[in-house]
Amino acid sequence: MNGAVPANVVSLEVVTKTREADGVVSLMLARPDGRRLPDWTPGAHIDVVLPTGITRQYSLCGDRFDAHAYRVGVLREPDGRGGSAYVHDVLAPGDVIGVGGPRNNFPLVPSTSYLFVAGGIGITPLLPMIHQADLLGADWRLLYGGRARESMAFRDELSAYGDRVRVVPQDERGLLDLAAFLGAPRPGVKVYCCGPPPLLAAMERACAAWPPYTLHLERFVAKEQGAPARSGPFAVELARAGVVVDVPPHLSVLDAVRAAGVDVLSSCRQGTCGTCETTVLAGRPDHRDSILADHERAAGDCMFPCVSRSCDDRLVLDL
Amino acid sequence: MTSAPATAPPGVPTDDADPFAPDVLEDPLPLHARLRDAGPVVYLSRYDVYAFARYEQVNAALTNWQGFESGAGVGLSNFRHEKPWRPPSLLLEADPPRHDAPRRVLSGIVGARALRTLRERWAAAAEDLVDQVLAGGSTELDAVPALAQAFPLRVFPDAVGLPPEGRENLLPYGDHAFNAFGPSNDLVAKGAPRVAELSAWVNARCAREELAPDRFGARIWGAADRGEITYEQAPLVVRSLLTAGVDTTVHGLGAVLYAFATHPEHWARLRSDPRLARVAFDEAVRWESPVQTFFRTATTDVAITDGVEVPAGRKILMFLAAANRDPRRWTDPDAFDLSRDPSGHVGFGMGIHQCVGQHVARLEAEALLTALARRVATIELAGPTRRHHNNTLRAWESLPMRLREA
Repeated sequence: MNGAVPANVVSLEVVTKTREADGVVSLMLARPDGRRLPDWTPGAHIDVVLPTGITRQYSLCGDRFDAHAYRVGVLREPDGRGGSAYVHDVLAPGDVIGVGGPRNNFPLVPSTSYLFVAGGIGITPLLPMIHQADLLGADWRLLYGGRARESMAFRDELSAYGDRVRVVPQDERGLLDLAAFLGAPRPGVKVYCCGPPPLLAAMERACAAWPPYTLHLERFVAKEQGAPARSGPFAVELARAGVVVDVPPHLSVLDAVRAAGVDVLSSCRQGTCGTCETTVLAGRPDHRDSILADHERAAGDCMFPCVSRSCDDRLVLDL
Repeated sequence: MTSAPATAPPGVPTDDADPFAPDVLEDPLPLHARLRDAGPVVYLSRYDVYAFARYEQVNAALTNWQGFESGAGVGLSNFRHEKPWRPPSLLLEADPPRHDAPRRVLSGIVGARALRTLRERWAAAAEDLVDQVLAGGSTELDAVPALAQAFPLRVFPDAVGLPPEGRENLLPYGDHAFNAFGPSNDLVAKGAPRVAELSAWVNARCAREELAPDRFGARIWGAADRGEITYEQAPLVVRSLLTAGVDTTVHGLGAVLYAFATHPEHWARLRSDPRLARVAFDEAVRWESPVQTFFRTATTDVAITDGVEVPAGRKILMFLAAANRDPRRWTDPDAFDLSRDPSGHVGFGMGIHQCVGQHVARLEAEALLTALARRVATIELAGPTRRHHNNTLRAWESLPMRLREA
């Protein structure tokens, strides 16, 4: 293992790697020191920094009541850029990977009635939602489609829910009948769907006549992040202090800046509380926080130096 | 109360102190030191609770929401067995998963990023207040009403979108709510006659039609329009802002003003580098801990340290203030020191229940301290100070001060 994971990105160990279905493995991740992991809510994902430098996003699909383990499900994507192939073919228990987040752009809103629709590996963010809906005694049903039964992961877990779950392999039963599953538009129902783009488009059409804010979607086609996480050092220029600080891989930006004698208040040191928010004047931050929405990340005008780093050789901060 | 006999489990030191007695509220530091030194967990026989006073155990208990729930109340009263004095908070007195949606909505509305638009408005409001206070050069005043109360009451209710009348109800309502976390002592009895009236006023202010558009309160209702919370939850989320958003900030400001009045060298440092305002406020929150204590309830037998467990269903009492002065965590903890990094203090709590309004408090403090530092050369005590007693809050009733204009 050539684990060049910067110390401030949480380094997690692969505890187990389990084959869940054809082309799907799940990973259990934990801190090597056994401490608690950052808290998360159903629908959240983590940024996984693979030793190859590739960063991919995976939905958390484990049990949030276990503070010491994350579970993710990974589909082998033959035409991907090698992230999933690395996970399937190379990554092994005992290996260490860097993890950012968790972040949630797909939160479960309160309701007494949910309809869940999953396509393939899109089942992953829905698993903890289903667990939660069931825990709260909500009325819920799941329609789960996939190419073939053998390719559909987590069917065993879902079988415990009996006839609330409908499994529809395409090679046996054809395409999902969304209209029949949804029924007539009615208020008070929340519809959650994750899957490939054609399914999402079909869901948008199927829910067109439903009340606003009924449908919640997440595209699981992971965005390849533009820049690989840097494994080497970079420079941070503190514009107001007139200082340039070198940030080596084993230090967080926050610690490097403080070591240079510039005060930055922080609290959680996990990228969750927002206390250390800092304005970025130049350079592209490598975001590893749990706070910013995607469009805020893209703007690149602020960062949380307790966890986030730099995509560029030089980052200029308003400090 | 549980029916368990009030005896210490083996291996756990016992203390019969009353953390809510007047002499302790007047000066809690000796008790905090005693409890820290007694061990990682101490059994308080008077209330049949397990107490943590060291940073390590307090921090661990705060973050362990799975093992220590809030839904049974974060005061001495156990909601599993006793009726709460008001419908429970959807944030403070709730656990995941029910806690998720209200927390997400409120942290979006009062998070650091959402407050950027208020920065300049609050800076101007602070300058106005300081100008008024200083009208006519050097001045003597009581910093509690004139600054610590005046500034939050000037900006926060506006930010929530409250109508102008009746705002004088906010402080006594919050004061009673924080007393109610403690035992049913004189402080609770003192507030009891007005509870119905104050609650009625606060609850009525949470209605949509009472709240000005595009302020915190209206945005909470807007989140309900989008289904992020339910319409039933919206008024209670507004109520959380009104309960927890005023007294706490007032006492935090009182703490930092007292710290500067008694540490003139740090006032000089702030004047030469106003960017220290944020650090100063957090250091004051660590040093004084406006919120002193909170309870939790064990959901299962929770192991604390070598063989010592808190049994399922039992209340724990976390001494945030004692943790914030634990010498195992802090160098020279009793010193108010602008050179230290106060990051990691538990004055705002820690974990999923960490103060959702902390960025509001920091922004208020930054605005007020920056305005004062610009105009005031020296700040000193001008008479005897007086404590305000509350079962949960560490506070000042009166801080006579002399401000000399620069």
